[in-house]
This record gives sequence, C-alpha cells and structure tokens, in this order.
Amino acid sequence: MPEPLLDIQALTFAWPGDRAPVIDGLRLAVEPGQRVFLAGASGSGKSTLLALIGGLVTPAGGRIRFAGEDLATLSRARRDRFRADHLGVIFQQFNLLPWLDPVANVLLGCQFSSARRQRADNPERAARELLAAMGLAEDRWARRADELSVGQQQRVAAARALIGQPDLVLADEPTSALDADRRDAFIELLFAQVERAGSAILFVSHDRDLANRFDATLELAELHAGRAVA
Amino acid sequence: MTLFSLARGSLSNRRASVALTVLTIAIAIALLVLVEQMRSQVREGFYRSVSGTDLIVGAPTSSVQLLLFSVFGLGDPTSNVSWERYREIAGQPIVDWSIPISLGDAHQGYRVVGTTDAMFEHYRYAGGRALEFRRGGPFSDLFDVVVGARAAERLGYAPGDEVVLAHGGGNVSLHHHDELPFVVSGVLAPTGTPVDQSLYIRLEAHHAIHVGWEQGVPRREAMLTPEQARARAAAHDHDHGRKDDSQDNRQDGLGVDRDDDHDHDDDPGEPDGAESASNAAAAAPAASLQPDEISAFLLGLKTRAAALGLQYRINQQREEPLLAILPGIALQQLWRITGLAEKILRVVAGLVVLAGLLGMLTALLTTLGERRREMAILRACGARPWQISALLLLEAAFITLAGIAAGLLLAVAAQFALAPWLLERFGIAISFAWPAAWQWLVLAAIALAGVLVALVPAAMVYRRTLADGMQVRQ
Repeated sequence: MPEPLLDIQALTFAWPGDRAPVIDGLRLAVEPGQRVFLAGASGSGKSTLLALIGGLVTPAGGRIRFAGEDLATLSRARRDRFRADHLGVIFQQFNLLPWLDPVANVLLGCQFSSARRQRADNPERAARELLAAMGLAEDRWARRADELSVGQQQRVAAARALIGQPDLVLADEPTSALDADRRDAFIELLFAQVERAGSAILFVSHDRDLANRFDATLELAELHAGRAVA
Repeated sequence: MTLFSLARGSLSNRRASVALTVLTIAIAIALLVLVEQMRSQVREGFYRSVSGTDLIVGAPTSSVQLLLFSVFGLGDPTSNVSWERYREIAGQPIVDWSIPISLGDAHQGYRVVGTTDAMFEHYRYAGGRALEFRRGGPFSDLFDVVVGARAAERLGYAPGDEVVLAHGGGNVSLHHHDELPFVVSGVLAPTGTPVDQSLYIRLEAHHAIHVGWEQGVPRREAMLTPEQARARAAAHDHDHGRKDDSQDNRQDGLGVDRDDDHDHDDDPGEPDGAESASNAAAAAPAASLQPDEISAFLLGLKTRAAALGLQYRINQQREEPLLAILPGIALQQLWRITGLAEKILRVVAGLVVLAGLLGMLTALLTTLGERRREMAILRACGARPWQISALLLLEAAFITLAGIAAGLLLAVAAQFALAPWLLERFGIAISFAWPAAWQWLVLAAIALAGVLVALVPAAMVYRRTLADGMQVRQ
C-alpha cells in the first residue's frame, strides 16, 4: 500500500488569542488522485485546516505529511516553495487580482514555482487551454478580471489552481457564490480538469448535496480527537 | 509575469492616487533642482557679462553697488567720476582700452547708456566675444543711438527709426525731450547680457539731453535744440581736431589729456551750474558738449595680471577718491550676500522633498488595507513573504524614480518659463543645463531614501502575511 498523498495525524492548532483550539487532534488522509468532500459548518476550522496544509501556519501539535515530506521539518521558505510546487487553491470568491486579465491570473499559479512552469511546458499556452477547457469564452481573456461575472471568475480561479498539475487542489467553498445550475456545471468542468491533471482534490463545503459526486465524504466535526474515518 | 510586472500592474490599477503621489514628489524634486540650476545659471549669466572686463572704476561706494549699476543697470550711481580722472587713468600705458559710461536715463523701461564707440570695439563678454551689429553700425551722427538686441526686438526699432529719449531712470517719465530726437544707427546681435536690454548713445548726446536739467527740473529756456547741440559738438570737434576722444587719448597719453581738460574747463559755456546754465542759450554755439563727469568706466588691461596693481593704485589715491573693483571679486561678494537666501531655499527644498516622501509613505500605508486580499492570493499561489514585501519596495522605487524624472522635466519647463523674466529683469540669458554630477548624487540619495521609507509598509506587510495565512482573517 503506497503512502497517502496527504496524511494528517493528531493535528492541533489555536490562533493566537483564542482560548480553545480550533483544530484538536485531527486525523485525515487523502490518496493521490482522490476526490474528497469535507463537510463542515462555517467556523468549524475549514480555512484553518487549509492554511495548515498549505504550510502557511505551523501546527501546535501533530503531524502533516504531504507528498512525502513532513511539513514541520521544512523551513518556512521551503514550505512556501513546497506550497507553490504541490498545491492549487480555489477560494470562495475574490480569487483574482482584479487588474490582471484572466490569462495573467492563471499564470500566477506557476509564477512562484519553476516545477509547475516546467510541468506546464508552455505556461502561456497551458493557461489558454485551461481557460478554454473551463469554458471561459475567448473574448473575455483580454479583459480585467474584475469585469468578469462571479461564475467566470471561479472558472479562472480553477484554471489557476490546476496549471502545472499540482498534486492536490484545495477548494474552499468554491461554489457557494454560484446558483445551482452554474454550480453543477462548474463542478463538472473542475472534475474533468482535475482528472486530466492527475491531481487529488480536497473540496470543503457546507453544501452536502454535492457529496455524492466524490470518492469519499468526511465530516470535519468527526475528524477531531481521533474520530476520523478515511 | 514577474514581480516587476506585478508591481507595475498594481500601480496602474491605482493610477490616480499614484499619479498624485508622483506629482507631489515631482514638485519637490523640481524645486530642489531649480534652486540649484538657477543659482549656477544666474551666477554664470552674471559672470558672462563681466568676464572680459578687468577693472570697473567709479565713485566710492560699495563694490557690489558699483558692479550692479555699471554693468547690470541695477540701482543708480550715487556720485560721478570726473572726466579728468577718467582720462588720466585711461591714459596709463598698461590700459589697453577703456569704456566710459554715463547712466541715469531710460527709454521705455530700457536703460540708456552714454558711451563711445569704444563700447562696440572693446567690450568683451562670455570669454572674449565682441559685440556684433545685426543691422546698421556704430555712431556716426551726434544723435545716433545703437539699440541692444532685446530692446530693439521689443520696441520694434530698426536702423533709420527716430527715437525720443527721456531723462530719468524709470519706466514712466514725466518729461520727454521732444526737442532731441535720436536716430537708430545700428542694432546689436544678441549677447545674453544686459547689453541686450540697453540703448547706447554718445556721451556728448547724453550730456546734451541733460543741458537745462541741472536743478533736477527742466528749464525750457536753458535746453538745447538739436541744431545748437550739433553746433556745440562741431565746435568741440573742431577745437580738438578729432571725433573720438577716448580712442585718441589712449594713444596720446597723459600730457595731451591735461591740455584737453584745461581747454575744457575754460570753456565759457560749460553748463555746470545754474548760473552758467542760465546763459547757456546765448553761449550755446560756442559751448562744448564734452561732459565733465561720467558715471563709471570699464577698463581692459594689456595683461590681466596688472589689474591688482592698478586697482591698488586707484583705490589708494587720496585726491578725488575712486573705487576700482575686479568684477570677479565683486561678484563673489554679491554671492556671499545672496548665499544665505540660497541656503534657506535649499533647506526649504529639502524639507519639501521630505514631505513628498512622507506623502508616498501615507499613500502606501493606506493601500495596505485594501491590498490585503491581493497579498493573500499571492501567498496562496506560493509567494514568499519577502516577495510580497519586495512588491511594495518596487512600487516605492517606481514612484520615487518617476517623481524624480517628472521633477527634472518640471524643472526644465520652469527654467524655460523663467528665462524670459530673468532676461527682461537682469539681462541674464540662461540656457537649459543638466544637473551637475553632485546633484545626480543627491537625486540618487533621494531615490534610495524613497525605498528606505517604503521599508516601513514592507515590514508591516511581511509580518501581516505571516499572520494572515492564506486568507484574510477579520
């Protein structure tokens, strides 16, 4: 049995100033290429968990192994490099730099990682292919990102998360600003491209209607203090 | 995409506020550069006008005052030099040339200088250049006037035009000498010195328009008609058998001068007081127009090294004391006087630059809040904290450099705008000049200071990106 892509054990974290830890003894594993749905109400520590996986904050206790590395053993600079190389991120909204056009926004995804640039081969062409694959009409490509609709912006964000084939895509409520039709269309396109890139995806949402499209569904509340199911 | 193009994109996204910040810095830089440029340009312009003159001699006053009124037409002479003393000094063997100057009149705001043809032959400016006539030539008739380039241009004078000259030094004169119309004989080529702003007439003509003015108010009956004046001049010329006194006397030497002055003093029609002037009309045909006083004179020596010795001898003489100055030294004294004002201007300019940089700091700090989201996005894409801080430093560097470049342009524009005023007011022509090497160093230091100032928001961003994680925490 090969090692999971992401293996989290007994993770604990509290933001400075908070009395109770927002994450307390969390266990979680994601296999390469696996599509995992992580359900949880807002305030249940979803964003904190993503920041921990991204190596942006350091856990108080426990262990995160990601793509064969123990994040705690890496220096902060290496963690930034590691994030750039292995992780694509989609936020709920405001994903894009408003003054850049969609192509430039997608290129940001491999701006800080030479590994991603190499995998993308020709980043400019890869960005255009991804935008086309995500169904963004070509006449939008030269506009400022803040002139796009929210749905269009999310597609650009997905393209950016996927450029250069990262090992894992973290999606933090990426569909919560979309209506039901556009949400489904978005998920279809996202899954197709995730599969094409060979990435795993950790999809965090409170919208449990989506759960049946995933390989595995986890309740964030149940992952704490050793109650995890993988 | 590079950090550089990211910084550029972020700046152009906020181009209105960035443009204002750049403008603030530009104004500060322009002030700084302009103060220095004007300082050196004005100094050079003043020096241009006196660079060919070895000594200036006038009645005792301050060196700076003598320099300013004799060459630059600023202020008025308080007293005069007697003609005898002028001839005596001008006749010394080490003197190469001399230019007598009689001041006190103006024409439409341009000063009228009584002098001789020596002015056009011997006056040198800007490292040895002689005056040239653009049109016409030097004096031939008694009432000829030679007009400087700028004055001719502004007044529209050409050779052959009739000009009415007025007594008095201001723009507006109450009394016009309608009786003595002058004719333009020549127009000088531009020099970029006060010569351009002057009208030159013969000493004798200068004297003639003052006959009847001895008491400071005009007495019509004592004034000369043009015919009387010409007759007097002719009688004078006939007596001495020559037309250009200053030229001939230079060769004649001291002895001849004495004779000349003697004749002159005995002249019965000499209008040197109210009593004789009352008889002037009757005695006019016989009276000479030889002036008995001039305002000052310029000297060129055969060797410049002799200037100090001659200056010493002139200044030591006790009967009829005179003041001889070395123009370069007098200019130094003038600059020492203006030095304090320059220092204050420099300090003010420096403070304005500081205010400009603080304005930039304010602008950068106010953007931090609204840019938090952008920084989180960049962090999520793998940007390191120092890279996000570097974005701010790059923006600050860009704003400062753009401000410096725009400031230089502003300074150039201001120089062009100020040039006509300086030319009109002081007869000083300034041209555009690049800042000197040390000024470039100052500008480089300001650019560095701009980046250093931006270290404050950069450090704040650095700490904040570490604390924020991937998303903005409220």
